This record gives sequence, structure tokens and C-alpha cells, in this order.
Amino acid sequence: MLDIKELHAKVEDKEILKGLNLNIKAGEVHAIMGPNGSGKSTLANVLAGRNGYEVTKGSIEYDGKDLLELEPEERAWAGVFLAFQYPVEIPGVNNVYLLKAAVNAIRKNRGEQELDAVEFLALVKEKMKLVKMKEDLLNRAVNEGFSGGEKKRNEIFQMAVLEPKLAILDETDSGLDIDALKIVSEGVNSLRSPERSIILVTHYQRLLDYIKPDHVHVLSNGKIIKSGGPELALELEEKGYDWIVETEAA
Amino acid sequence: MNTDIQNYLNDFEQLGNDIKTDWFSKQRLSALSLFKETGFPSSRQENWKYTNTRPIAKETFSNTSTRQSVSISAEEIDAVRFQDLDCYELVFINGVYSREHSRIDGLAKGTVIDNMADALAKDNSKNNEILKKHLAQYADNKVSPFTALNTAFIQHGTYINVPKNTVIEKPINILYLSKESAKPFAAHPRNLIVMGEHSEATLIENYIGLDDANYFTNAVTEVSLAPSAIMKHYKIQQESLNAYHIGNLNVMQDKDSRFESNSISLGGSLVRNDIHGQLDAEGASIVMNGLYMTNDKQHVDNHTRVDHLKPNTHSSENYRGVLNGKSRAVFNGKVVVHPQAQKIEAHQNNANLLLSDNAEIDTKPELEIYADDVKCSHGATAGQLDQDMLFYLRSRAIDEGTARSLLTYAFADEVLKDISFTPVKNRLEYLIVGQLPDAKLIREFTNE
Ligand SMILES: Nc1ncnc2c1ncn2[C@@H]1O[C@H](COP(=O)(O)OP(=O)(O)OP(=O)(O)O)[C@@H](O)[C@H]1O
Ligand SMILES: [Mg+2]
Repeated sequence: MLDIKELHAKVEDKEILKGLNLNIKAGEVHAIMGPNGSGKSTLANVLAGRNGYEVTKGSIEYDGKDLLELEPEERAWAGVFLAFQYPVEIPGVNNVYLLKAAVNAIRKNRGEQELDAVEFLALVKEKMKLVKMKEDLLNRAVNEGFSGGEKKRNEIFQMAVLEPKLAILDETDSGLDIDALKIVSEGVNSLRSPERSIILVTHYQRLLDYIKPDHVHVLSNGKIIKSGGPELALELEEKGYDWIVETEAA
Repeated sequence: MNTDIQNYLNDFEQLGNDIKTDWFSKQRLSALSLFKETGFPSSRQENWKYTNTRPIAKETFSNTSTRQSVSISAEEIDAVRFQDLDCYELVFINGVYSREHSRIDGLAKGTVIDNMADALAKDNSKNNEILKKHLAQYADNKVSPFTALNTAFIQHGTYINVPKNTVIEKPINILYLSKESAKPFAAHPRNLIVMGEHSEATLIENYIGLDDANYFTNAVTEVSLAPSAIMKHYKIQQESLNAYHIGNLNVMQDKDSRFESNSISLGGSLVRNDIHGQLDAEGASIVMNGLYMTNDKQHVDNHTRVDHLKPNTHSSENYRGVLNGKSRAVFNGKVVVHPQAQKIEAHQNNANLLLSDNAEIDTKPELEIYADDVKCSHGATAGQLDQDMLFYLRSRAIDEGTARSLLTYAFADEVLKDISFTPVKNRLEYLIVGQLPDAKLIREFTNE
């Protein structure tokens, strides 16, 4: 599904990713952990195609395509979804209109029939239940005045509606209360399927109690320096990052 | 003699004495001699620093109504009317009143809505007194040569008198329609609205070019609000892209009166809108919303001025601009707080979105405060589309063009959110979307 090889990326002339390798098969859930500033969000942004990130070396193959060749919207059409660490507020653009336009842009580009108002509403209703989304948030401007937790939940709600093939969740668990964390986790779990891959960027092992990953990676200083199973997360929780970083350096 | 103005002097002679009242002839003559003295404004004048009126001055426009007449079909007018709006309507074609297309019957007793030329010519002593008392009292011929020129050529326009305690439920819609005629023409619409105590009305001034004709609209509107009168005013400027538009709105406000101005400027090659509000008694308030959208080589200048003459008066202003192509816009918002005017509030904001590197905005708030107990704020910004928002939308499958249009629309729409009159709001939203590159897509987006 996703094959990242020797990825080097720069932001404003500063190299952030320094030879990152990652291979994710369809149906897998991978957790990426790592110290602040290690490059996790940078990786997420490079995957989603944000401007200003220059890939200087390496490749990303997604679903048989060269991902780096695609514009951000083309990636979305191809099934890539990024739940942002800091979702932006967009005054004047209605949440639910955006979602409808998104759903139909994706369907159109896949040669599928666009949803009419009734069909779309049915879909929205179903997914709202799934992530217990409050109805009034739906009709507000995108993220405008949302609380931190509401923004995160909105991201997951969008993901549920758009049903991506590759979902990247950048610290979606940060800032969620315990109940919200459960709900969001359930939402993510319900999306798990043999065709869908998920990357969870997180600082907390707790999330991984709810969403059991197939693989856990440690990203440090622009590289994956250790990979393992769910037990790696527990170990990190206990010992922190220093021991790996030191082992690596040795 | 300045040759630029010779043509206007000649045409003035041809006006003859169509309206014979003594006071009125004097008004016209003194305005003409003032214009003769000053000529067109020069960009050396502070007030005209960023707007060069040479293009207007050097063209020869016909100012006599007979030479500018064309016929416009009912269908053409229907196409620019508000859909399903129950309103009083006055239609002017190339500056000339069209009785045939207007509908102003069924007015409450005492209320007058009339063509200015007719009102001036009628032998009605009560009306004549009101006209004499208010006409050319609030728009100052000395402030702008264009106002003087308009006053010299007062003929057609809209005269409205709403007696005290009268609420006009239906909005009054004025259509100033322009279309190619044998000679390029100048129209000098003159509007006077006199609102009695506790009266209310909604007025919409539309300036619409039906084709890409070259002409010059030089409009002046005067509004007098008696105590507790309320007027909602909309100006929608959609002149031809080859037209010049100079518009001057002057409001004199008495105690507890309220004026709401919404000025939308979309058309015209060279445009200047002036609004002057005078808060002349306690409790008077004025709200000014504005939006200008410019493209290609359009030049649009908005000047506003509010005089807080008395204590406890309020003004608030919110103007936004969307500039594309090689267009240029000017915003100058002046607030003068006079010495006795304590406890006033004045807020002003101007935000600009520059969609092209070649577009240019000059924005300048001007505060002159001579009182000490006041609450004033002002802000001006100019920037491009927000990259984070753009990326967010694109990551949500919205293609770049649509995302840009959508954010532009959202920016412009912010000005409309306070518009209290739904039919106008809907129409404006429709017009604004029409100015965007991906109009069709945005319409799908916003219509459901
Ligand atoms: N636009 C930018 N300009 C300059 N430096 C940047 C920019 N974006 C990211 N960086 C730098 O790149 C490094 C990696 O940042 P990134 O956001 O990827 O870290 P992260 O692993 O997601 O951290 P966190 O856990 O705190 O979210 C940081 O040192 C950051 O300051
Ligand atoms: Mg991060």
C-alpha cells in the first residue's frame, strides 16, 4: 500500500527527514512515536503533499503510484487522508458543505455517481452516530470556535465520511478527554479493514490500548530508529526514548 | 478657459429653464460657477491623491437627455430586477426617468416617491418647501467638483419624502440602467430622501450597465433623517467595465436616528464612492458596510467620512476588498470627533485580499479626535489567501481553483453577514459568486 524509501525532506533549507524507510501493507495499522521535533508531522505533511516541503531524495510509492507526483487534492481522490495535528479554522466555509464537496469530488474522480442531498444526509447521519458528533458543529464554519477536542473529533468524523484507503492521524489523541478518546478509537477501529491502512502518530501508549497496532516505530531525528510490535510502545512508556537513541548512537 | 469643461458649459445652456423656480435656478447657477472655477479635481488635492480623474475630464460626454435616449425592453429590465421582490421601483434609462417601467403606486397617504424633475416642476407648495429646505443642503458643492457638476445638472433622480411615524414596508428599488447610445453620455442622477420622525424605509440604488458602453455616471444622494428615523441603504454598483462612476452619498442625522449603508462595488473602469455621515444629535448612529471586487485594470476608490458632531453618537465601518489582475483600489476612512462630542464610539476596519501580485491597495484610516472621552478603533490589513486554509481544503479533495474561489468567497461574504435584508443579501451573494473564477462550482457549493 505504502512504501517509503530513503526519504529525505527539507523545510526552509533545514533537513528534517533524513533517510526514512517505512513499508505499510493493506489492512495494517502502524503507530509512529518519537520525541518532539523528530519529524512525525513533517512526514505526515509530506505524505499529504503540503507546499514548502522539499523532498531531496528517496521515493514514496502509494497504491502502485508515485505519490510525490500528485497534487494534494489528487492524493485525496486517491484515498489519502490526513487528520491534522492542528486543524485550521476556516471562517465562512461551512463544515457540512465542505464535506459534501469532498465526498463528491472523490466520487467524481473515481468515476462514481455523485451523492445527491438525500443520500449524503443519510451518510452523514450514520457517521455522526459513529463518532457521536454534535449536530450543531456540522453547520458551523470549519473548525471555527471549536474546542481543541471538537476539532479533533471533527477530523475523525471527516475521515469516517470520506472512508480513505490510507489514513494518517497526527496526534489525534492529544487533547481528547477520556470519553472522547474512546469514541474516536471506536471510530478508527470501525474503519479497520483489509483494504485500509492507518498510520497513528501518537505520544501516548494509552491510545494503543484502544487501537491495537500491528507495528510500532520510533522516529527520531528524521529516521525510523526502531520498529517492533505493540510491546515496543509499552517499553517506551516505561523507559522513554533515551535508551534507544543512545543504543542507536553507540 | 479650461477646455475640459467647455462641453459641460455648453450643455448647461441647453438645459434652458426647464424648471422655473427661482431658488432652484439659483442653486444650479451657483453650482455651475463653482464648477467653472475649480474644474475637475487634480491628484495634487489630498482627497484625490490616488485617483486621477483625467480620463473622465478628457472625454466629451453628452449631458442632455434627448441625445442620450435609447429604448430598453421590458425583458432587459426583468433580467436585472430582483427576483420575487415586492417593491416600489423607479427605472431610469441613461439617466432619464422611465415612467413606463416604474411602479410607485399604492403608497401610504402623505408619502411621496417621484422623479426629481417632476417633483421640482410640480406646483405643489408643500413639496416645494421641503425640496427647497433640503435639496443641496447636505452634499457640499465645495467639497467635490463632481457634486457641483451634479447640482448644476439636477434634473432626473429620485425624490422621496416619508412623513413622520410612517413605515414603508416595501423596499424602494431604484434602477439606473445604462446602455450604448449614439454618443457617450453623462448622467447626473440626483436623489433626495427626507425621512420624518420615527419613519422607516429601505432603499436600494442599483447602477447597472447593460452592455459594455462608455458613459459617465455622476450620482449624488442626500438623506435627511429626523429624530428616530431609520433608513437601510444599499448601493449596488455594476456599471459597464468601460464606464466611469462617481457616487456621493450624504447623510444628515438627527437624534436617535439610524442609518445603515451597504455599498457594493463590482463594475466600472474608474470608480469613486464617497459617503459622508453627519451625526448631528445625540444617539445618532451610522453603520457602513462595503465590499469592492476589482479585476483587470479597474480602479475603485472608496472614501468615507463620519463627523461625530454631538455626544453619544456611534459609527462603525467594515469594508473589504478583493483585488485581482492589475486593478487598484483605494480606501480612505475618515472619522472626525468634534470637540463637544464626548462618549462617542467609532470603529473602523478595512481588510483586503490581494489575489494577484499586480494588484494594488492604498488603505488609510484617518482619525481626527478633538474630544477626550471617546472609544475609537481602527485597523487595516492587506494579504493573500491563507496557505494553511488552502492546504486544508485541498487535502479534503477540493481542487486548487475551487479552494481559492471558496476562500475568496468566504472572505467577501464576511461583509454580507450583517446585511439584514434577505433578498438583497441573496442577490449580493449571487453577484459576488459571479465575480469568482469558478462561479459555477462555488454556486453548487453554497446553494444547498
Ligand atoms: N515550516 C517550518 N519551518 C522551519 N522549521 C520547521 C518547519 N516545520 C517544521 N520545522 C521543524 O522541523 C522539525 C520537525 O518538526 P515536526 O513538526 O515534524 O515534529 P514532530 O515530530 O511532529 O513534533 P511534535 O511531537 O512536537 O508534534 C522541528 O524541529 C520543527 O521546528
Ligand atoms: Mg507533530
